Amino acid sequence: MSAILQVSSLVKRFGDLTAVNDVSFDIRKGTCFGLLGPNGAGKTTTIELMEGIKTPDEGKILYQGEPLGAQFRNEAGIMFQNTALQEFVTVREMLVQYSRFYPRTADIDQLVDEYSLGAFQHQDTRRISGGQKQRLLLAMALINLPKILFLDEPTTGLDPQSRRNLWERVRQVKAEGTTILLTTHYMEEAYELCDEIAIMDHGRIIAHGAPDVLLARHFDDVVVQIGEKDMPQQVGGPEFDATYRNGNAHIVTDDVNLTIEKLLSLEIPLDRLRIRARNLEDLFLELTGKELRA
Amino acid sequence: MWNRIYALFVARNTEFFRDRSALAWNVLLPVLIIIGFAYAFTDENPEKFKVALITSSQNSIANDRFKSTRFVKFIEVGEIDSSLRKIERHQVDLLFDANTLNYWVNQTSPNGYIVEKLLIAAFADSGQALRRNMLQGDAVRYIDWVIPGVIAMNMMWGALFGIGYVIVRYRKMGVLKRLRATPVTPVEFLTAQILSRLWLLLVLNVLIYAGMDYFVDFRMNGSYLDLFIVFTLGCICLICCGLVIAARISSEEVANGLLNLISWPMMFLSGIWFSLEGAHPWMQKLSLILPLTHVTDAAREIMIDGAGLTQIADHLLVLGGSSVVLLVIGAMIFRWE
Repeated sequence: MSAILQVSSLVKRFGDLTAVNDVSFDIRKGTCFGLLGPNGAGKTTTIELMEGIKTPDEGKILYQGEPLGAQFRNEAGIMFQNTALQEFVTVREMLVQYSRFYPRTADIDQLVDEYSLGAFQHQDTRRISGGQKQRLLLAMALINLPKILFLDEPTTGLDPQSRRNLWERVRQVKAEGTTILLTTHYMEEAYELCDEIAIMDHGRIIAHGAPDVLLARHFDDVVVQIGEKDMPQQVGGPEFDATYRNGNAHIVTDDVNLTIEKLLSLEIPLDRLRIRARNLEDLFLELTGKELRA
Repeated sequence: MWNRIYALFVARNTEFFRDRSALAWNVLLPVLIIIGFAYAFTDENPEKFKVALITSSQNSIANDRFKSTRFVKFIEVGEIDSSLRKIERHQVDLLFDANTLNYWVNQTSPNGYIVEKLLIAAFADSGQALRRNMLQGDAVRYIDWVIPGVIAMNMMWGALFGIGYVIVRYRKMGVLKRLRATPVTPVEFLTAQILSRLWLLLVLNVLIYAGMDYFVDFRMNGSYLDLFIVFTLGCICLICCGLVIAARISSEEVANGLLNLISWPMMFLSGIWFSLEGAHPWMQKLSLILPLTHVTDAAREIMIDGAGLTQIADHLLVLGGSSVVLLVIGAMIFRWE
């Protein structure tokens, strides 16, 4: 498959800070590409450079082989991390207004239906909930039937149900053939939606590939998880070299049987035992030495 | 392009009409102005006539008889010159110097004619001879003179703050950033803002004019179309001033300060409330660079002197030229973020 968007040697500086430092990758047509990283890693700056909102200090961005121009504006759908909507305007009026900006547009009634905006389509944009607003912003980003859709942390601040709801809609958009570029700091989100990911830290890409391929490349072990209450740090540390986060001890092992035997011999209760494969969160920790949500 | 401009135009209008507090203020201010003028210029007191009087130390029966006339307000004045100006402007109906028995009237003033008759009647059998002095020229009332300025001033507030504030707020909120991600260009966005504000201000102006015309009788000797052209051009020019200020700023406080910084000097140096005749030459020169001076002057020439477009061509040229320059600067330095 050919690349719809090509990014090469992108650099963006803000004063002394190099927010994006020599970033290159291609996004293949029809795929979902995820940019991952902790807050401040340079994800938003990178995506805004690609959206044409910011101009890079160095490097090139090509859309369908051409520099970003009028064609890109007409064919890109963009959902920012925080977008203020114009006040005193209803949800439907917002869609109508944006539909007038583009030569080719989606049917508004259909969008209202698909994104469940019907119940509040005549309400002022100031009086809708966070989940409703995200759905509206997504519908606005899709008003021009985009060929490429940019989603900057689309589910940040949403409750789990709204988040899953939005994932479902993103999958649907992708199924219709739209290319998606997504930034997130939720590993689960990236794993659920993305065909390919790039992990960013300090403005650089530190790993790039399909999620499963990346995991297989970096890990051939699993994690045994025990509740911290059941195995306090002073035991888990010296005995298993366990790391502690989110109230759990994480023991990395390539021999689960041996680990469990040892736990039993130490008379550690196994009520809260979980064995899981290594995930992107672990990968990030491994690569950067820090937690993703820090 | 026009489709996009239209979309932004409609959105801005909708917002304007639904933002009740701002709308209320936009409507209330002109209403307050009309009420203020109606109150200030509608003569409610029973003293229908005003006579400026230079009193004499000697008692005179005729003089006392004149001074006892009911419904005439006698204002004692010290000197003649300033009172003559007031007669010219219809602020005083007659000036009488009781020492020399000279009096001055404005021959175009009906009130002056009646008070003159009263004065002559009071002195009829006194054996004292009055000396009549006529004031020539077409007298202008203060209200005739100030109304064009008041309309222009209201327009200035609406144009500067209506444009400047709104764009700065859009930028601060991120509305502009979202628009930037669409095919909308700065020129399209700015054109829509200008058009939206322009028609709203012109409609308001027409309403204010009609309102003042209903409550207060003032002079309109020129063509309404010419006046409309002057206000339209002035409106565009003032809106463009607002655009330049709002082109880059993203803080409402800074915008507020800058808008005040240019609106207040215009309030006082454009000759809205008082003529700058006799003011310091630098002040007169400064006033010429203010768009409001040209709007007010051109409107006065039309309304008071009945001037046509050719006579006010210089003002129109300044307004049109500055609009173009300001718009180009505004579009060039404009930033979405």
